[in-house]
Amino acid sequence: MNTLIVLLQIAAAVILAPLVSGLIRKIKNNLRMRKGASVFQPYYNLAKLFRKDEVISENTSWIFAAAPYVVLASVLVAFLPLSFMGQASFLNYTGDILLVVFMLSLGRFFLSLAGLDAGSAFGGMGSSREMFISSLVEPVMILSLFVVGANSGSTNPACIAACPAVRVSGLIAAFAFFMAMIAETSRIPIDNQETHLELTMVHEAMTLEYSGRRLAIIELAAHAKQILFFTILANVIVPFGGIITYPLKIIAISAIIGTLEVSLAKMRLFRVVDFMTFSFALSIMAMVAWAVGL
Amino acid sequence: MLYFNIIRSFSLDPLSVFFLAVIALVCLPSAIYSTSYLKGHYSAKKIILGWIGLSAFVFSMMLVVTANNAFCFIIVWELMSLVSYFLVIFDSEHEKSVQAGIIYIVMTHIGTAFIIGAILVMYKYALSFDFAALKQACALMPPRIKDLTFILLLIGFGTKAGIVPLHIWLPYAHPQAPSHISSLMSGVMIKTAIYGIIRFAIMILGINSAWWGSVILVIAAISCLVGVIYALMEHDIKKLLAYHSVENIGIILLGVGASMLFVKLNLPVLAVFAMVAGLYHLVNHAIFKGLLFLCAGSVYKATGKRDIEKFGGLIKTMPWTAGAFLIGSMAISALPPLNGFVSEWLTLQAFFLGMLSSPVGIKIFMGILAAILALTGGLAAACFVKAFGITFLAMPRSKYAADAKEVPFSMKFAMVFLSILTVVFGLGSSVIIKLLTRVSADVFAIDAKAMNFTLNNFVLCPKQAGGIYLSTPIIALALFLFMGVTILALYLILGKAKRRTGRTWDCGYYKLDSRTEYTATAFSKPFRIAFDFFLLPYRKTEKIRESFYHIKSFKYETHTTSVFKIYIYEPVVKLILRTATALKKMQPGSIHLYIAYIFITILALIIFMNKF
Repeated sequence: MNTLIVLLQIAAAVILAPLVSGLIRKIKNNLRMRKGASVFQPYYNLAKLFRKDEVISENTSWIFAAAPYVVLASVLVAFLPLSFMGQASFLNYTGDILLVVFMLSLGRFFLSLAGLDAGSAFGGMGSSREMFISSLVEPVMILSLFVVGANSGSTNPACIAACPAVRVSGLIAAFAFFMAMIAETSRIPIDNQETHLELTMVHEAMTLEYSGRRLAIIELAAHAKQILFFTILANVIVPFGGIITYPLKIIAISAIIGTLEVSLAKMRLFRVVDFMTFSFALSIMAMVAWAVGL
Repeated sequence: MLYFNIIRSFSLDPLSVFFLAVIALVCLPSAIYSTSYLKGHYSAKKIILGWIGLSAFVFSMMLVVTANNAFCFIIVWELMSLVSYFLVIFDSEHEKSVQAGIIYIVMTHIGTAFIIGAILVMYKYALSFDFAALKQACALMPPRIKDLTFILLLIGFGTKAGIVPLHIWLPYAHPQAPSHISSLMSGVMIKTAIYGIIRFAIMILGINSAWWGSVILVIAAISCLVGVIYALMEHDIKKLLAYHSVENIGIILLGVGASMLFVKLNLPVLAVFAMVAGLYHLVNHAIFKGLLFLCAGSVYKATGKRDIEKFGGLIKTMPWTAGAFLIGSMAISALPPLNGFVSEWLTLQAFFLGMLSSPVGIKIFMGILAAILALTGGLAAACFVKAFGITFLAMPRSKYAADAKEVPFSMKFAMVFLSILTVVFGLGSSVIIKLLTRVSADVFAIDAKAMNFTLNNFVLCPKQAGGIYLSTPIIALALFLFMGVTILALYLILGKAKRRTGRTWDCGYYKLDSRTEYTATAFSKPFRIAFDFFLLPYRKTEKIRESFYHIKSFKYETHTTSVFKIYIYEPVVKLILRTATALKKMQPGSIHLYIAYIFITILALIIFMNKF
């Protein structure tokens, strides 16, 4: 029974995921004094893409065809150990919070291969940059998750969420994780979701060859990944409230992301190293703070 | 005193059995693989020689892990080194093979010298070469001498294992051997060095102080990073894999080093846990690195090239090799639910649990090590996206790649066998961990019953870490279930997708060809720039202009500098050569001078004998 509830929660999260993206876009547009599209625009985009025919490059192999499904499935599996309402179910045995990092790297691995599969220089460039950025992000994620885990004595998300004391080390870790999240959800200043200009794009370049149904799946997976990160930040790293405050926290994070995106400019690719070094230093600081008992 | 019984010099204990199993797991498919691999490449006589070499190599490795007498150990260790030397220079008609052989044999003998030194120090106290007697004597050894012995052992075995900065021979020797031998050398032989460290430093010598573990951890972390960064820059597929061996030896040593540290921090259960993580990664690396080298050999056999910039599109002509290489790449990149993921997760957990119950300094140290392990994992994934993507995907970049044919059955069989093992060691992790717990508990002489790592047969749960679970079968099941449900739901709701095949988008330009594809050099460029403080990249561009506006041809050249080679090894080699040249003056060919030398020597000896 509990397993079913958890699965329903995941389904709800995935269904609501595009709404969060729409919300961020709306916030951004309003900040720019524009009216902007409806918050439901991501759904319209998805519906349109799902109905469209696909054009597949003649150079591609089964990797290209399979990658979107692997990406979506890996994000969904990453949801399994996180229980939104703290239900203990059979699925808690899937793994711990570290599994999330590994599952996401599974999806990324296949998407990067798919980027190389069509033989276009754009795809290759996107894959190369994506792997570059993600390899710098991974230590930050692991370290900040280590700190919040250490605060509760376990890397089991349920244990972490059940330990609601807000500590200095946890907050620093949350900040480091937030920076990692910006990189992972391809937001400004690391990447820009709004542009298809070849010099700046990372994630979009990898998926350039996709169309129709498969593109829709990749976009859905990207939305789901975003809400996955928001959920970790809301429920695991800053754990208080519960199911009631959860939507409020998601909206707050969306507002922060939207504001940041409007007020910052995108960085040059090699400045990302500095950005990630800073967040890495932050996570080390969080570790030190935890070690001395803060 | 030197008399010893040959039969009684070899015995089995859990650690030996574990290593025997690792050797057997990789040697069997390699031997099957070699039947087709050698055919066509070599003459009939050479094939027989290859078989003899392979058997001798496998046999010597098996003797190394079963010896229970240090004297015997040194003999079979040397036998293993020599046999593998002859296998490295198997293609002795190539200048490169001979050169690689020289580097290998010099380095490996430097290592052996240190091991012999360490064993002689221990012998001085035990007056016997028997492991049991050595162990007894080592308990009474002064701590200073113990530290010295440990350092000798670390350098000696470290040379064989390929830890940084002693890794220099690995990227030369492993790629030059025939591929099934490379898979054995990288998969198994370097592991015998880990066996040596565990056997001599932990079991016989006994850990003296906490800094032993810390030193190994620091070296391991450096090896991880250096290995993977060099691998990213490497475009020779076998050299790339050899550098990954340096990285993975680092990951194994992270587990072993952590366990040594935990012993001294009085955390025996965690010590066993970390050792399990290290040994698990050891067997995993043997399997997937063996697999990857066999795949690389298949590609080499099919194309005659090792440069991945010349490959491309092989997934269409060589689907079996591609599939096997993909599984190997996923495992080495620590992607769930395969075996590499389980052992990396265990190592991270060992650090996490160690962090919870250790002093402040160690806490931060553990955290940083975990971050380095995560960074290594990320870089390894990037490297294998490059290796797999450039080799197997998109369009062929040369006619060799375009004409490639799938390899014969026995080679396919060996690759599929190891791929299945990769999956089995991922999914069956909880069963394997039970076995490994027994081995590790035996290493530290702790009762294994006190340890319980599994909740049941498919969920992994280290007992001392309340409520941390991992279950690879559930992950695999969920992955396939979610994929199936997505595909099915889309099919039911929207019907069959209408697909057209078209050209890759080319910006409305001419038809794209293989010259416009992304290359491995380009793929690794961000890493080259980010790590330029270490790689010291060198770049040369040359433009030939017809006029100011039109460039007729453009030449681009880039390579990185091997800091270890240039700043450590070359000065040493130069110094040795210079000394040798200086000493050459002693040997001018005059018989009178030589008689004078003999006279002086005798005089000196007489004085020496009288004095002492």
